[in-house]
Amino acid sequence: MSTVRIPPVLRANAGGSKQVDVSGRTVGEVLEALVGRFPSLSGQLFTPEGELNRFVNVYLNDQDIRYLQERSTPVDDRDTLIILPAMAGGTL
Amino acid sequence: MVRRADAAPSPHPGPTTAEVLAVMLQELIDHARLEYPNEACGIIVGSAPAADGGQPLRFVPTRNAAASPYRYEIDPQTLLRLTMETDDRDEVFWAIVHSHVRTAARPSPTDIGLAFYPDALYILVSLAEDGLDAGGDPASPAPSVRAWRIVDAHVHEVDLAVIA
Repeated sequence: MSTVRIPPVLRANAGGSKQVDVSGRTVGEVLEALVGRFPSLSGQLFTPEGELNRFVNVYLNDQDIRYLQERSTPVDDRDTLIILPAMAGGTL
Repeated sequence: MVRRADAAPSPHPGPTTAEVLAVMLQELIDHARLEYPNEACGIIVGSAPAADGGQPLRFVPTRNAAASPYRYEIDPQTLLRLTMETDDRDEVFWAIVHSHVRTAARPSPTDIGLAFYPDALYILVSLAEDGLDAGGDPASPAPSVRAWRIVDAHVHEVDLAVIA
């Protein structure tokens, strides 16, 4: 099982856990299993179409998965994922 | 009872006031001017969430990954590092700071749509009236700094009590 670290901003939607161990062979499988366990994370992680929210960054061992193989990126037992909502905005 | 037309559409989540040191406020303004003409951004680390009455501890200016006069995004790698560091030290993100270079210190529709941190303050620094921006006297500029909570897309102002 790989470890998913839950930042404080998402913790209320993950049963208060700081980190959880989740099974999955890819980043996508881990995220789906995580949402399966904590359904209230779904709205923060995924769009209604099931895509990863553009303003949520997912890191595998501190590397943004957009620069790896996105949701197809393989994970193993020693890996740590963290999910982090962006801090962004704009005048327009 | 007459409901004011401009009344907030939902109750204020409270607290309605937050204390901040004048020197920290000046750091926010200095950083906004430094990044001008682009929007500036940064994070105030605190002892507990503003929502729980926590105190601000330090301002960490960050790179605007959007590098734009109209948009900001706190550099994601810096956000990742600060998230881990603060969490490991039992500190929190007390406020998320950014500047508007030509508009008021009030969250825009985009700011509201992308406000994922309901327990933090959103502090806006407006340079719209700043001497640097308006072509006025740089020695007597008037940037405005205002704080907001953005909860479920509702915006609530939090008065900043400036401590000398």
